[in-house]
Amino acid sequence: MLNAVDKNLLEQVADLHKIPQGAYNIRKNGQGVGRNTTANIDIVTKGDKPGIDIIIKPGTKGESVHIPVILSETMNDMVYNTFEIGEDSDVVIVAGCGIHNMSSEKSQHDGVHEFFVRKGAHVKYIEKHYGEGDGSGARVLNPKTIIEVEEDGVAELEMIQIKGVDRTIRDTEVKLHKNARLIVSERLLTYLDQTAESNITVELLGEDSSAQIISRSVAQNDSKQVFHLNMRGFAKCRGHIQCDSIIMHNAQVSSIPEITAFHSDAELIHEAAIGKIASEQLIKLMSLGLSETEAENTVLKGFLK
Amino acid sequence: MLEMINVDVTLDGDSGDNGQVQVLKNINLTLENKKIYVMTGPNGGGKSSIAKAIMGIYHPTKGKILLDGKDITDKGISERAQLGVGYAFQQPPRFKGLKVKELLKLAAGSNDVNQCDLLYDVGLCAQDYLERDINSSFSGGELKRIEIASILARNLKIAVFDEPEAGIDLWSFQRLSETFENMNEKYDTTIVIISHQERILRLADQVILVANGEISEITSKQKILKDIERLDSECLCKEDCNRGGRVNVECSR
Repeated sequence: MLNAVDKNLLEQVADLHKIPQGAYNIRKNGQGVGRNTTANIDIVTKGDKPGIDIIIKPGTKGESVHIPVILSETMNDMVYNTFEIGEDSDVVIVAGCGIHNMSSEKSQHDGVHEFFVRKGAHVKYIEKHYGEGDGSGARVLNPKTIIEVEEDGVAELEMIQIKGVDRTIRDTEVKLHKNARLIVSERLLTYLDQTAESNITVELLGEDSSAQIISRSVAQNDSKQVFHLNMRGFAKCRGHIQCDSIIMHNAQVSSIPEITAFHSDAELIHEAAIGKIASEQLIKLMSLGLSETEAENTVLKGFLK
Repeated sequence: MLEMINVDVTLDGDSGDNGQVQVLKNINLTLENKKIYVMTGPNGGGKSSIAKAIMGIYHPTKGKILLDGKDITDKGISERAQLGVGYAFQQPPRFKGLKVKELLKLAAGSNDVNQCDLLYDVGLCAQDYLERDINSSFSGGELKRIEIASILARNLKIAVFDEPEAGIDLWSFQRLSETFENMNEKYDTTIVIISHQERILRLADQVILVANGEISEITSKQKILKDIERLDSECLCKEDCNRGGRVNVECSR
């Protein structure tokens, strides 16, 4: 069912070496190829469109769900997934998409992920995107993530895309209610002539809601990146955006901040920086005996960790 | 042994007026194995420039640099590092996402060292520091200690420390002195310390005075300490200061 290419893709996007323990749903080339549910986590195929509903029972603690998608054929795959994170539960969801494209045709996976994080629930959502294959066909990923966090809920997002994906537009929209918390950690590396656009809009609707977005990216060769990070405070709330990019070669990076307060007790901060690797860092590492390339890789590896 | 022979260094100035700045003029210096040298002199006088010329960060516009008789003038930073040259920065950089233990591992290379001992030698508790990222959460003093540890980790022929005591107020100088002496003994390393501290000067086999981009004097610590004492006692600010200060103006403290 899973061949060597599939297994490598799975390892890259979900740190999985084989079929995972616990709840999972593996989608390969537009078809479900494996699913497991547990007493607390149900996975149901949608009736009206491609995709699944993942339902986590209230009070579920310490369980994980893996929902990797792998594409090893040329195709356009579109999927809608809905996550219902029950009250007071605490779960980890590992999504991710790996594309292996050997052809000259385009492979595309577009996903819409919608999360309802109920009262007091805590979800950690890890999304890794990875592309490989020697074909000239473009590897395209356009994920859209919509999250609503109810009172006292916490949503942690880790979004990682390192090389491999040629075109990507990622949209993330988050609504935070009373005392809800959002922590986003985004890591992106583009090279060759890849393009990546990341749009994150956070609405802080409830009193004492808070959001922190830390975005780090590296743009190499002729690649282009655009970040549009937008925070809107409608109540007494705190929001912090930190957007840090390393630019190399002939790359191009735009960081477009937007913070808007609709309430006098909203505290919103945006920090953005674009620059090349600090020469002091390279000199320090080279003075320990590393070559210039090794020094560069050491700095980038740490930066994207 | 490291020799600098008639070394000039000229840097491009910041201004766009084609303004080049000569930072080192005709430096002649022989640093012998297993000795401790302290380099001192006024700020901006060229001490760090000599250190950077030794490490290969600045390239001589004239002259030669020899390591154990071999010409390393045209060698880059990495090559000199591999040959056994080390430099502890005056202002070490921070690294996002690089842990103290990772930096020390890179520094040590194939040299077998105990990281806990290294941190102990610079007065830090290994438990608290090994797993930490070298980012902005570090104070200036902590950063300097990690920097010194990264040099101690290596088996070097010559190690240059650029104002190692700066920002480290409460670090017992006794510990610092012992650390330098141990390094000197363990690996026969030639040690050059850029410093203004009397306690550091006392470690020196020789004191190198650098001013206006030149070596103005190579002397003994006894002589320099005596000079300092004399300057201190002679600086009677109520009269015209012998350092050029005017009565009751510059020197009124």
